[in-house]
Amino acid sequence: MPMAQSSQAAPAPPANIDSVTAAAYWKRTSALMWFLLAVWFIFGFVVHMFAPAINHIHVMGFPLGFYMAAQGSLIVFVVGLFWFAFRQNRIDEEFGVAED
Amino acid sequence: MSTTTQGAKDPFIGSLGKIYAGYTGGFIVFVLLLAALEQMGVPDRVIGYLFVFLTIGVYAYIGIISRTAAVAEYYVAGRRVPALYNGMATGSDWMSAASFIGMAGSLYALGFGGLAFILGWTGGFMLVAILLAPYLRKFGQYTVPDFLSARYGGNVARFIGVVVLITASFVYVVAQIVGVGIITQRFLDVSFIVAVFLGLAGILVCSMLGGMRAVTWTQVAQYIILIIAYLIPAFLMSAKVAGVPLPQIMYGYALERIEGLETGFRAAGMTPPPGVTGWHTAPFIGPNGAFSWSAAVNFFALVFCLMVGTAALPHILMRYFTTPSVREARQSVAWSLLFIFLLYFTAPAYAAFAKVEIYQNLIGQPIAALPEWIKSWQIVSPYGTPWINIVDGNRDGILQWSEFRIHPDVVVLATPEIAGMPYVIAGLVAAGGLAAALSTADGLLLAIANALSHDLYYKMIDRHAPTRRRLIVSRVLLLLVAVLAAYTAGNAGADILFLVAWAFSIAAAGLFAALVMGVWYKKTTSVAACLGMLVGYAFTTGYLIWTEFYGLSFMEVFATKEAILNAARQTAGLTNVSAEVKAHAQALVANAAQVQDGVMAWFGQIFLTTDSVVLRGRCVARLWTLNNISGGIIGVPLAFLTIWLVSKFTPAPSQAMQDFIEDIRVPRGGVRLVDREAAVE
Repeated sequence: MPMAQSSQAAPAPPANIDSVTAAAYWKRTSALMWFLLAVWFIFGFVVHMFAPAINHIHVMGFPLGFYMAAQGSLIVFVVGLFWFAFRQNRIDEEFGVAED
Repeated sequence: MSTTTQGAKDPFIGSLGKIYAGYTGGFIVFVLLLAALEQMGVPDRVIGYLFVFLTIGVYAYIGIISRTAAVAEYYVAGRRVPALYNGMATGSDWMSAASFIGMAGSLYALGFGGLAFILGWTGGFMLVAILLAPYLRKFGQYTVPDFLSARYGGNVARFIGVVVLITASFVYVVAQIVGVGIITQRFLDVSFIVAVFLGLAGILVCSMLGGMRAVTWTQVAQYIILIIAYLIPAFLMSAKVAGVPLPQIMYGYALERIEGLETGFRAAGMTPPPGVTGWHTAPFIGPNGAFSWSAAVNFFALVFCLMVGTAALPHILMRYFTTPSVREARQSVAWSLLFIFLLYFTAPAYAAFAKVEIYQNLIGQPIAALPEWIKSWQIVSPYGTPWINIVDGNRDGILQWSEFRIHPDVVVLATPEIAGMPYVIAGLVAAGGLAAALSTADGLLLAIANALSHDLYYKMIDRHAPTRRRLIVSRVLLLLVAVLAAYTAGNAGADILFLVAWAFSIAAAGLFAALVMGVWYKKTTSVAACLGMLVGYAFTTGYLIWTEFYGLSFMEVFATKEAILNAARQTAGLTNVSAEVKAHAQALVANAAQVQDGVMAWFGQIFLTTDSVVLRGRCVARLWTLNNISGGIIGVPLAFLTIWLVSKFTPAPSQAMQDFIEDIRVPRGGVRLVDREAAVE
């Protein structure tokens, strides 16, 4: 087989990050995680518990409860993930642990 | 043999935009060309053939030019897939035949209840992004079991991971092949078995030679076709029904009209056909239209299981091993969800428009005068029932609400005909459905074959196998698994489609807790994780099998005597149960006075009650009225609890392991593996 072994670069050395920075970084990352987990829970579950109550409100024909489950929550998930990618990246840079 | 250079300056990666833009343009020209051919009088059947064979031909071409003999290319596409393209590949990897063909139909039948699938199959990506993908990417090896093994000290954890992975993925891949068979059969007019093996060939040419690398680039191509094929009929349908080609916005008015039509039907004393809700937009209702706790609980339980299952299915997680960096892994999840969203927020529009068309233009019409497209679907489907079944119950020659029975898959497949579009659009839908089924099948087969060849063979059996032999073993196993899956699909047919839903609960209960705790809870010990995976997996799988196939026996343990008697009557009335079970059920009915509450009946009544329903020709038990599709709702918390509790009582992980977790958590730098042997290559 003519194809050479793909030369996997030698494993990079672990980053030299002092434990204080690492702990602070992880605290901020965890806070972001918990915040987004709360968003996930609210728009995945809590909002829809109120579907029977808000369904009589019609917006452009959509009963609101139906709309939230069919589109509203999904939009929040998509926007939330792009925001997460942006936000986490900022945190990485702030603590100097981003990739080169 | 194709050779590409490594690194960011790769000319192939650099010109991806041009390549796929050209490909998309080419596909559009191809569709227009077929439309012109149709106008010139080329028969529908030829158009169908051209669509199916030409698209499969393109996938095969990409599969063949992407062949590789490098291990890192074969397993993780050389880790050079940019976030956006990995998002597209994940989109088509994720969206299966069930999403493309089945989901709009489920929404047609279930109304609000069907939105559980929409929510569940999108929200799970939040969990993937914030809890797992970046850390698995940083860990940077080849498979999900690789991570379990490195984090939880070796081959026991790896082996359990492999077992869960294979159980969940295999039922899933069989269902995809059934999906391929159904579409191919409908559009090529060949027998189901022939259709299945044709599909198999399509799957194998994509994945055999190039592994993950070939699958990645075909999946991107398949995403483009499937999204075009899904959106175009919806836009045309919206233009027809609502006058404006913006289905995702205009179907609001369709919903309003459905509500009005339903009210009118009810006022006329009509009932909906079996399996279709009579209140399309109403949340959490029972068959009588009133609020039902059981419906609400089942809705949220299903959403939960589908979400957590998404975040635990290895064929999805392994896609994030292929990005160039941790940063891109995160962005890539966001792109994935955006691309999936495009299809999922359109699906309810399909359902609403089809329903308006059918309710408005068909119900109440003389059966003899129904439009032509109805006739072409009044044939027996591979499910054993006709696609569309007109049952003139009261023999008055007029189509009543309850007399129009439609198989859910028809909603998407027949939309072009309902809207009076040319056949070329129907062919386009078939090509899209095939792309969806093939891409998911590719991803799943690769996940299974990699677990067998990399985790089982290379890591556990022959640690020193040369590269060449590893890749040969991979390919042989891929072929074997594919043939086995196709054989199962050909024999079991559409009867096994309900098993797909199980894959989510099984993966969720078996893998999710161990993966999440491995990153987020440093004190998780190896013993705890192995036990947690075992408990979650065994409990969920056992529960599913017990309630599905031995419903009466489950009821006799967990239900009250009235419910047991009811289940016994249901079982006695079934046609396909063994004589032994039937005799037992009849004995219970005959001696009704002697039937006692089950020994665990108190447990079955803690929350709602335990009952049984006749589904899929079986008497299926429902603990706390939960459908077994949501079996993971108990299994997932149980796995977390087991891992947490056992971790409290076992010695904490070593310092080396803690260092390893530290390295996983930060994007920069390499990873200090506890066991050097576990490193890739």
